[in-house]
Amino acid sequence: MNGEDWKGYRPPTLGVLQEHGAMVWSQVTIHTTRGDFAGLILPRSETADPEHIVLKLATGYNVGLHHATVRSIEVHGRKIAQYKIPEKEFPYDPGKPRVKLFGTGGTIASRLDYRTGAVIPAFSPGELYGSVPELADVCNLETEKLYGVFSENMGPEQWIGTAEAVAREIEKGVAGVVIGHGTDTMHHTAAVLSFMLQDLPVPVVMVGSQRSSDRPSSDAAINLINAARTAATSDIAEVMVCMFGPTSDQYGLLHRGTRVRKMHSSYRSTFRTIGDIPLARVDSQGVLPFRADYRRRREDRAVKLNTAFDDRVAIVYYYPAMKPDIIDSLVDHGYRGIIIAGTGLGHVNRPLYPALQRAKDAGVSMFMTVQTLWGYVQMYVYETGREIMELGVVPAANMLPEVAYVKLGWALGQSSDPREVQRLMLTPIAGEITEREPHNGYLILQGGIPEVDAFISQYWK
Amino acid sequence: MSQDLPIDDPRLRGPLPAYGQWPPERYRELGLKVGLEIHQQLLTTRKLFCRCPAGRYAPEHDAEILRHMRPTLSELGEYDGTALMEFKTRKQIIYLLRNETVCTYEMDDAPPFELNAEALERAIAIALLLNCQLVSEVHIARKQYLDGSIPTGFQRTAIVGVSGHVPLRGRRIGIRQLAIEEDSCREVADSGHTRTYRTDRLGMPLIETVTEPDMTTPEEAADVGQLLRRLVRVTGLVRTGAGAARQDVNVSIAGGTRIEVKGVHSLRAIPALVHSEALRQRALLAIRDALRARGVSAESLRERFVDVTAVVRGTGCQFIRQALEGGAVATAVPLPGFAGLLDAPTQPRTTFLREFSDRVRVIACLDELPNLVCSTQEGTLGSLEWSRVAKACNVSAETPVIVVWGRAEDVATACREIVLRAREATQGVPSETRQLLDDGTNGFERILPGPNRMYPDTDLPPVQVAESRLQAIAADLPEPPWRRRERLHELGVGEDLAERLSRHAAWPLFTRLAPRLTASERLKPQQLASLLLDRRCARPADDAVDPAWWERTIDRLARGEILPEGVATGADEPPPAAAESDGRRRVAAALAELPAGGPAQPRQREEWIMGHVMRALRGRVPGRLARDIVKEARS
Repeated sequence: MNGEDWKGYRPPTLGVLQEHGAMVWSQVTIHTTRGDFAGLILPRSETADPEHIVLKLATGYNVGLHHATVRSIEVHGRKIAQYKIPEKEFPYDPGKPRVKLFGTGGTIASRLDYRTGAVIPAFSPGELYGSVPELADVCNLETEKLYGVFSENMGPEQWIGTAEAVAREIEKGVAGVVIGHGTDTMHHTAAVLSFMLQDLPVPVVMVGSQRSSDRPSSDAAINLINAARTAATSDIAEVMVCMFGPTSDQYGLLHRGTRVRKMHSSYRSTFRTIGDIPLARVDSQGVLPFRADYRRRREDRAVKLNTAFDDRVAIVYYYPAMKPDIIDSLVDHGYRGIIIAGTGLGHVNRPLYPALQRAKDAGVSMFMTVQTLWGYVQMYVYETGREIMELGVVPAANMLPEVAYVKLGWALGQSSDPREVQRLMLTPIAGEITEREPHNGYLILQGGIPEVDAFISQYWK
Repeated sequence: MSQDLPIDDPRLRGPLPAYGQWPPERYRELGLKVGLEIHQQLLTTRKLFCRCPAGRYAPEHDAEILRHMRPTLSELGEYDGTALMEFKTRKQIIYLLRNETVCTYEMDDAPPFELNAEALERAIAIALLLNCQLVSEVHIARKQYLDGSIPTGFQRTAIVGVSGHVPLRGRRIGIRQLAIEEDSCREVADSGHTRTYRTDRLGMPLIETVTEPDMTTPEEAADVGQLLRRLVRVTGLVRTGAGAARQDVNVSIAGGTRIEVKGVHSLRAIPALVHSEALRQRALLAIRDALRARGVSAESLRERFVDVTAVVRGTGCQFIRQALEGGAVATAVPLPGFAGLLDAPTQPRTTFLREFSDRVRVIACLDELPNLVCSTQEGTLGSLEWSRVAKACNVSAETPVIVVWGRAEDVATACREIVLRAREATQGVPSETRQLLDDGTNGFERILPGPNRMYPDTDLPPVQVAESRLQAIAADLPEPPWRRRERLHELGVGEDLAERLSRHAAWPLFTRLAPRLTASERLKPQQLASLLLDRRCARPADDAVDPAWWERTIDRLARGEILPEGVATGADEPPPAAAESDGRRRVAAALAELPAGGPAQPRQREEWIMGHVMRALRGRVPGRLARDIVKEARS
């Protein structure tokens, strides 16, 4: 007997199971005050209450039985489930490009444990071939698991490790790199990799899924195929995010790593290029660029890896009535850089001024971005803006707040001289600051307007 | 291989008996077992997992989305049979969205909201009525559907109760389980590689009641369907009207397979469909036996496909010639060992060949009929062409050959499917879900999904059903019709009337009014029941019930101030009952004023006279008394 025998069960239900000699995976008939139930005892979720036994009925349904209703349990046998993804050898085709897939966590491909509902990630080329055989039509795939974390747990350690791994593979000669990543912070990682990996000779494509791959309607397989195709064949040698364009199963969009943002908590088409148009679209027909100003694929392997990073950086999302102690606290805790997401063109309230002055005096690098996401910071228009600049806050053009945040960490890694940090911050490295915002870089159609609805109804969403 | 065995099996001899020709014993001899899955929409204002309004249908839409369904790996690392089939069909699924009735949840672009509590309470009430054992925690599961009828690819469903029962003529019919689940889309079109669904119905709460396979004749199945439908209808907890209730009928015979026939909208259709399906399984078992006797096995049937495009080009068979002129290819699939079997009747007006045609239609998306021809059929290719096809296939003229045509890719799928179906024939009845057709027969819909398609929904926590909540629902439970009938019998109400009243909206009024009768001998419960169901009454009991009017009226009846006949005149204020002497006076007056003429034949004449007299007496004198008075007066 070990802890696995009653996985997830706690008193008082644990006591009831033990008293009747029943364990997880026991085949049982449970006699209760509400009647008899026959089935297989499943592990209990650690986050669920400790009051219920979970039983899988012969029909495949699960039910919960309250421990206090249990009169007796007949144990008929036990069948411990063990799961493994079936492997099929990934076919090698000498005529196809080599693509490396790194895993950081999340499940771009996975198989479901039908009994517990747990998702088992498929990751080895063999496992992936078993679930997404179309990959073999695109490339010769190699895989390597770097991390196994949810994307909110990605941080400087993982960013640096990922950048180093990508550089290593590029030097080994792969045609392109795909990085499987949870979608929540995919745009943070895409941005930081854009600074850590400069002069890329091949595409580095980040990909994930909004509907997990255990679902028949998942976007995972199409995203993965699109990403692999981009890595294998695209001429765009940049860090990109490859995710659904529309919510329909039609095509993926390739977004520049420094201009992309997750914009909806659940839509498939959640990733949008902000303040500009995407780089390209990709589908089974190939990659179709929308613009020409991208870095081209090269034969050489001269990627510049620069992973120095200072994590003493924060984003302060300004709100009305914010108190100065927020800024003071960061200074007191030794933060070296602050990105402010200000209102409108880049503003904060007057009570913050002394705190900003104090931060400036302490040598903290401060940059202003806009919480409107679209548009540039412009701190000359109103007096407030000029005052805030006087206090040492530097306008950061149209850098997205999250991008400015990772760039500031990277810049502080390069130098502790505030002037040098400022120079680095304001010098575009990977498209994070653009010189102009095209009018179609801001297209949020407003539903309900008859002509908009009429237009929209002509296309798949 | 002895292919030329004569077919003397009576099970394969036509014509098959029509429904109604067999006595119940014949079905019992076959080992017929029927179970039902009844789906009924719950009457709620909102959908089950989102806050969209329920029950609003419209033929218009505002937007469309395009999706595909992709099979996920099952427990053993194999794709589920149904999953694989749906993937082979490579359908584009288009969903029509209406802003008013659909949100991002139905589009599968947002996770579910919490389970609709109103719906759950209603499902629990019905589970209690069905004598089910209730779970303490409702666990939401995902049931995979890859046909696209649900954009997620699975239906959210949860067991509320298990192991219930309902009475049927002294027997107990087992209820396996009652589940609460979300409804699917309405299919509006399916042709070629595109299927279109409307999404307004999607997500509406419904209950699925699954019976044990306890019914042994077609009629019993319909009776149980009726019983269950009526039961839940009397509760007022479910929706009524077109499409609000649907059932799947599970049919098997001894040695056969449980076949799920879907799309049964009317209970009246059940007996004939059960009959047809029993015959089909009987025929498929006979075909299996014949194949075994001939030494044909799944292994002996090889995938042999022969491109005969050149052989049949320019054929006199018009539909094939036109298709080939349009760029189609034609492929022949010989089926050695099947001589004489493809023409065997499997259902009324249907032969075994239909099983192949159905598969090709659904799986290879070759849906323009006829989608295949067979060398045993008349009126297809000419005999010379068939012998060239046989030669190309290198088989004798007696060996049946099937020819399919269309896009090369679809034809390849079709050929593999034909051999697959032929192999299944050596095993008996393949596991399928089938669809009821207008003529009472059924056609292939898809491969029956395996148990692997159920898995827990990780998006929502289990919902507890606390004892206190259960007791509150139980206290408020409507009485099931069978218990109402028992009570009516005890009150002396006749069988037919009791049956009608037990499921009538007037039932609550009856229970309210019945106690007022006890003091009186004048009005019996039987008369009250009859009056409440009498549509001639001024205030019929089923709509715009006015209990105060009824109470006043019943009290007056009990005191003898008015007569039931008076209430049935439809007058808001029923005429007062006349004393007998007054009655006699009125009859005499009416007889004196009889018009001249009228029928001479004595019986007819009496009715004619009664008709005139009753005009003056209606509602004031009991009919029988009036007749007696008339008789007396005339004699």
